[in-house]
Amino acid sequence: MATRTVLQAEDISRALTRIAHEILESNKGASDLILLGIPTRGTTLAHRIAATIEQIEAGSHIPVGQLDVTMYRDDLALQPTRAPHPTDLPDVGVAGMTVVLVDDVLYSGRTVRAALDAINDHGRPRVVRLAALIDRGHRQLPIRADFIGKNLPSASSERINVRLVEHDGFDEVEIVS
Amino acid sequence: MRHLLSTKDLSREQAVSILDVAEDMAETQLREQKKLATLRGRTVVNLFFEDSTRTRISFEVAAKRLSADLINFSAKGSSVSKGESLKDTAQTLQALGADAVVIRHSSSGAAQNLADAGWINAPIINAGDGKHEHPTQALLDAFTMRRRVFGGNSRGVALDGLRVVIVGDLAHSRVARSNLWLLRTLGADVTFVAPETLVPFGARDWGANIVHDLDTAITEVEPSVVMMLRVQLERMQTSYFPSQQEYVRNWGLSDQRMQALPEDVVIMHPGPMNRGVEISSRAADSPNSSVLEQVSNGVSVRMAVLYMLTSGDRGEK
Repeated sequence: MATRTVLQAEDISRALTRIAHEILESNKGASDLILLGIPTRGTTLAHRIAATIEQIEAGSHIPVGQLDVTMYRDDLALQPTRAPHPTDLPDVGVAGMTVVLVDDVLYSGRTVRAALDAINDHGRPRVVRLAALIDRGHRQLPIRADFIGKNLPSASSERINVRLVEHDGFDEVEIVS
Repeated sequence: MRHLLSTKDLSREQAVSILDVAEDMAETQLREQKKLATLRGRTVVNLFFEDSTRTRISFEVAAKRLSADLINFSAKGSSVSKGESLKDTAQTLQALGADAVVIRHSSSGAAQNLADAGWINAPIINAGDGKHEHPTQALLDAFTMRRRVFGGNSRGVALDGLRVVIVGDLAHSRVARSNLWLLRTLGADVTFVAPETLVPFGARDWGANIVHDLDTAITEVEPSVVMMLRVQLERMQTSYFPSQQEYVRNWGLSDQRMQALPEDVVIMHPGPMNRGVEISSRAADSPNSSVLEQVSNGVSVRMAVLYMLTSGDRGEK
């Protein structure tokens, strides 16, 4: 097993800052914007991006929430029972908002499909966008990200580990082959 | 976890994780769209050999909120009234493709029997068997206590140090039994209050304090939770106490006894209530009463149990 570091702390920080700028640019500002992280590391990234946006746009407040998609997955019957995570939406809700979904790794696209179903049950957003720190390819559904930290072509036999200070004590993305 | 037959089988981790999933389910019930597609294509059978409205409807709502197909099978007017055995009924359900069976039966051990006999390989959920157990009721009671005491910080928490007083017909109560096992697993102290005639045989070895007098229990225990059980007149062929008036006087939760309880006490009742017998109307309608929360929490807890037992891959088990 070979392990290779592909992003270090500063790379992750730069990528998230760029994503924050891109979100602001595409939304033409910080109004009616909410960030929803997919547990567990997506939520952490969503908080970091929101904090960066608030620094860039002085005086803005970006609501951040967590959206659990477990009960919407299409592979529930193929695996042992999964325990869901809490869903915690900002009080403003999703209806009429620009919702940016945030996940750490975009892979098959099935999590995102489940997330779209989950959002639907909470209301009708004006727009849904997708941000991912890593896009590793191998999509099984016609889904793409709007904001990507790094494209990382990988073999499906490889594993990508995203480590974040809040969970692991340090920031790093590594690829294990 | 393959079946849910008894709260005795649950470890502390399993019990807390069921309550946590129930929190997630409760959250889904606040959404614009309450129905989840999670169990679409799965079939849940409500197999009720004994009359029950609340539990049956609660399971029915839970299954439907998860998009499972639900078949209600009640013994009255079915092949059972023509003499069909539990075995044949179970094999029929297996052949019809049931993915989970919720069973209520007047015989203690019926659910265990169905799970062990190999007539059907769907998960079995005990919805009350005779005087034995009623695990989903105990889980919803524990869930209600946890929410009342810990509010928004309930997740991952057990019930350590909670003082729970359970009053009434313990001898015939599967609710009391299931609650006792579960509450002890979760770290709560349980006190049973009943006349000696209604204390089940062997109960002194179960780890609950047994007190005969409700007033003594109120002053000595200072309960965090008081759970009143229904006086089950239909199960009492012989008399266990001299008269209803005497029961009310000694073991009923009267307005005066309400005064003596701690201000933040939680009053619980599994329903249906006999107002004026085991519980006064004022106690039942007070802000301390969680009777209606218990009903809505019942749906969340049953959704959690159905989800945990039927969503995953059967081949793994």
